[in-house]
Amino acid sequence: MSWAWLHRYASPPLFFRIAGRVIPWVSWLAAITGAAGLIGGLGLAPPDYQQGEGYRIIFVHVPAAVLSTMAYGVMAGAAGMGLIWRMNVAHAVAASCASVGAWFTVLALTTGSLWGRPMWGTYWEWDPRLTSELVLLFLYLGYMGLRSAIDDTARADRASAVLVLVGVINLPIIHYSVDWWNSLHQGHTLLKFGKASMPPSMLVPLLLMMLAFLLYFAAIMLTRARGEVLRRERNARWISEAIGALAT
Amino acid sequence: MMEWLYMGGYWRYVWPCYLLTAAAIGLNIYLARRSFAAAVREARRRVGASRSGS
Amino acid sequence: MNVAGPNSVSSGEAGWLLVRRDLRLALRRPGEWLQPLMFFFVVTTLFPLSTDPQLSRLRDIAPGALWVAALLSCLLALELLFREDGQDGTLEQLAVSGLSLSWLLLAKCCVHWLLTGLPLVLAAPLVATALGAPYAAIPGILAALLLGSIALSLIGAVGAGLTLGLRRGGALLALLVLPLAVPVLIFGARATALAIALEPTSAPMYMLGAIVVLSATLAPLGAAAAVRISLE
Repeated sequence: MSWAWLHRYASPPLFFRIAGRVIPWVSWLAAITGAAGLIGGLGLAPPDYQQGEGYRIIFVHVPAAVLSTMAYGVMAGAAGMGLIWRMNVAHAVAASCASVGAWFTVLALTTGSLWGRPMWGTYWEWDPRLTSELVLLFLYLGYMGLRSAIDDTARADRASAVLVLVGVINLPIIHYSVDWWNSLHQGHTLLKFGKASMPPSMLVPLLLMMLAFLLYFAAIMLTRARGEVLRRERNARWISEAIGALAT
Repeated sequence: MMEWLYMGGYWRYVWPCYLLTAAAIGLNIYLARRSFAAAVREARRRVGASRSGS
Repeated sequence: MNVAGPNSVSSGEAGWLLVRRDLRLALRRPGEWLQPLMFFFVVTTLFPLSTDPQLSRLRDIAPGALWVAALLSCLLALELLFREDGQDGTLEQLAVSGLSLSWLLLAKCCVHWLLTGLPLVLAAPLVATALGAPYAAIPGILAALLLGSIALSLIGAVGAGLTLGLRRGGALLALLVLPLAVPVLIFGARATALAIALEPTSAPMYMLGAIVVLSATLAPLGAAAAVRISLE
């Protein structure tokens, strides 16, 4: 199997140019799918037979949780590529995931706790998914803390890559252990929406919102990654052309 | 319309969630753009300095 | 791999030499290595003082108290793992020696655990009894802490390698290592709770064993990568 294509797209000037072209498209797609998901979720979907209108929080809570987990996965994948093939572009992508991921982890936690108030009667319940999400937030904070403690970008890239790889091996174990721990002390759990039992009128908006969030994540991540590439390639010749071509 | 806004009594929980989501989306757009703009400014300064230096 | 020469040694021999050297160095300064143990005693004393000290009540919080205290004192001890050798250049010598760095770091972890983890395990019966655990629970508590402290030393080694030579290293190390230690805490505390309730502890104990095996396999590789990056 040839990895030549990978190295070609990993060339910083090409990445900078292509990402710059892709970002507007991805952003518009995110806006359109998001609008469709909102109309479907807040307007067309019927109330849930158990939770009434309160379940509509699902259309932002679950996509936020999915985004936060996926951002960590993307970060780990990019960090691994950066570490193995010493690709600056991959390191730039990894560094661009943490902040969005952390903010959406916070969002998943707050929307989860706002959902918990009417459903459990308290804002915080040691629900396994919320607890795993909280540990994920700590993993993000550790990643950002390590990066900010190291001044040299190359060292920060490689050290944080090792950390995120250790974290991604641990994440399933953490998730499993928290599930196991919760099953022992179970009080209430969030009412489960089995995928099969969910009617299409709810499922379709949910999937649309997830898609919108993932596209949004791609747009934010690529925007940040372009900046990170510029920072890493400070002295390269292509920079003066590339920034000359940018509208001010 | 009022009935929709009332969300069957859950308005106090549903709308803050959507507002917070909007805030998080806006904040991350702002932060990402600011980070990119800062990188461009830094690169411009560097390119300018190397031109005037040579 | 090895550079051939009259003084060349295998990685195995070098690991053994490193263990002896580290032990000898540590025995010259026992105070430093006893501090985490003292810390463990102090923290576990704070729990009864902060709540109702009836032994029947303490028994409920004993697993949590034991494990949080053990986790924090392991964390405190982690700073000792690479500090000295990082400062005087020994780690650099190890890294360029041509020997397997992960193997050498595993040797260092073993010594570190012998000096800071094992004392905790040995002190645990005393502390557990003081927190109201019945005598029959002691073997279970010992086994859980034995496995848990090994896993914590190994996982912590990666964090210690990453924060090597950084300012504000201590607080950052806690932020990096504690979330990764969540599974150890959960299974360890559960095994302890089951032991105190005189119930079979095998389920969490198997999980702890699996974590030890996994971290013994992967953590030295991660720690070696981390140390190399930090030394660059």
